[in-house]
Amino acid sequence: MGRLPQPGASAVSEPLLEVRDLSVHFPVRVGIWGRVRGTVKAVDQVDLQIARGETLGLVGESGCGKSTLGRAILKLIQPTAGRIRFDRQDLTGLSQRQLRPIRRRMQIIFQDPYASLNPRMTVGQIIGEALTIHRLASGAELRRRVLALLDKMGLPRDAEKRYPHEFSGGQRQRIGIARSLAVNPELIVADEPISALDVSIQAQIVNLLVDLQRELHLSYLFIAHDLRIVEYVSNRVAVMYLGKIVELADATQLYRAPKHPYTQALLSAIPVLDPARRRQRIVLGGEVPSPITPPSGCAFHPRCPYAFDRCRQETPPLYQVAPGHTAACFLVPEATAPKQAS
Amino acid sequence: MQPLLEIRNLRTEFLFEDGPVAAVDDVSFAIEPGTILGVVGESGCGKSVTALSIMRLVQEPPGRIASGHALFHGTDLLSLSERQMQRIRGSKISMIFQDPMTALNPVFTAGDQVAEVIRLHQRASRREARQRSIELFRQVGIPAPEERVDAYPHQMSGGMRQRVMIAIALACNPELLIADEPTTALDVTVQAGILELIRRLQAERKMAVMLITHDLGVVAETCDRVLVMYAGRIVEKAQVDTLFAAPAHPYTEGLLKSIPSIEAAAEEGSARRLDAIPGAVPSLRALPSGCRFRERCPRAIEICASVDPPLELKRPEQWAACHNPVPAP
Repeated sequence: MGRLPQPGASAVSEPLLEVRDLSVHFPVRVGIWGRVRGTVKAVDQVDLQIARGETLGLVGESGCGKSTLGRAILKLIQPTAGRIRFDRQDLTGLSQRQLRPIRRRMQIIFQDPYASLNPRMTVGQIIGEALTIHRLASGAELRRRVLALLDKMGLPRDAEKRYPHEFSGGQRQRIGIARSLAVNPELIVADEPISALDVSIQAQIVNLLVDLQRELHLSYLFIAHDLRIVEYVSNRVAVMYLGKIVELADATQLYRAPKHPYTQALLSAIPVLDPARRRQRIVLGGEVPSPITPPSGCAFHPRCPYAFDRCRQETPPLYQVAPGHTAACFLVPEATAPKQAS
Repeated sequence: MQPLLEIRNLRTEFLFEDGPVAAVDDVSFAIEPGTILGVVGESGCGKSVTALSIMRLVQEPPGRIASGHALFHGTDLLSLSERQMQRIRGSKISMIFQDPMTALNPVFTAGDQVAEVIRLHQRASRREARQRSIELFRQVGIPAPEERVDAYPHQMSGGMRQRVMIAIALACNPELLIADEPTTALDVTVQAGILELIRRLQAERKMAVMLITHDLGVVAETCDRVLVMYAGRIVEKAQVDTLFAAPAHPYTEGLLKSIPSIEAAAEEGSARRLDAIPGAVPSLRALPSGCRFRERCPRAIEICASVDPPLELKRPEQWAACHNPVPAP
């Protein structure tokens, strides 16, 4: 099994998170008896690693499986197949009870700061809940830690006794981040953490996440569809299409020299902030196909401007473009050795 | 050039238990024929209410157009009867909305919904209307239009539904198309196609477009002129090139700086912080005295706390409501 070398720190140190061949398949049920008619491969044979202190960006359009992948890594959704190793420990066969101490170390930040906070709990209770569940603090110590978190998030201390509806979207997202950080996690899955926020607030939250990472040496899986923000926060970026990672590379490399035609189209679709540089973009034909009936061969071939016969018949493996840069496309020079399918 | 639509001192209020709140407050601007005007701002800035006021679609109560004029070819839309307005809506001025999932009627085929508009405003037989619908579907880039006219909305993707909405809006050759966040619910690759379509149709038909968005990238890519709105007011009005090259209002500058630019990243490398605008948009019910942006403004001076700045010409073709505008570079 030829593991791919990772750029930066991960090449030398053991990755904090290692995901191999991870698949999440959902049954498609029809009729009132719920007859299983097929499966949706929401996540299909995904490999990835995240080093300590690293941010891996995960991009793709709606329905590509990026959120499902994030939840499967946290075992909030049971994977169908594959392995997840966190800090050298295999999570695959663990019971809920055995998982509990690991759950403390892996947290999630949700997209919608309106729906993800319990409206009947005070902010203090929301932030302190996980500390109580994991028996990390109680009484005066609990309160001290909650107040310290409020300070760190730039929230007023009196927020402790108030309810979520009294806060703006940006402040609520700070509360959500405080809740995730309360138990001192090492890995945070940030699932579209800023897409529900206004433009002027997005930058505040991004800066906060970046500052916290530097201070606490956190690892992020940063899931988003905003390619500008992903480029800004990520060390490496993975691009998903219909359940598979189609390209993975160092962020600068990926944005400068994308190899997969889908990545190229995705990047070309970002509106440029300079009216003088309006450009000819690659406009993809067709639509993202239904994951219930994915196309044969390369799932992207019906929309790909370069597709040829082989693409309709075979699924391309991830080829190595350069150290740390892989792309699942037959057009990547075949001279480079294909990554072994596992 | 004679403007196609001229808005003068528009004020639209919503009535709450504790009194009326102006969602749009003293807004004036014009749209020239055959141009694309971008209206940009964050949620609650009044950009959608401005559009709904022009269309006379503000729900009354709690809403109310308190004062102002909307002169379309010299006729004040705000003084027309509902019956007269119905003849303009959908034929001279059309509107498309953010959410193509809910804007279409699920129990009629896409073709029926286009044909309905054609038959409402023009003399056409069922057959003719259907033929016109197929032709419109072709123009808006719907593949296999002969078959798709008989499809129901749920059988189409989001991008296709937005194309159907555009076909409906264009059915009667409007002179003005108001597009309220037309691509916000769509994926980025689909968004690119829809924006390109709007631009192409605008050029072919010499129609005017008012494009409402929160995304400055969409403005840069698509528009000729732009209005920036904040807390119910226009804070800056300029040509697109001018606005992006040298914003005059500190809010515009703040918005531009808070978006990471991929081009800049490739040149400078990362590790720089984003310049975030501190604080949050004030509630319309508790606006600060003087300038509405002053509490978040890095350029605020003494006068900002007492005098609400009017929208004034600061540089050629560039208006800003600011006592201490950003100097030209």
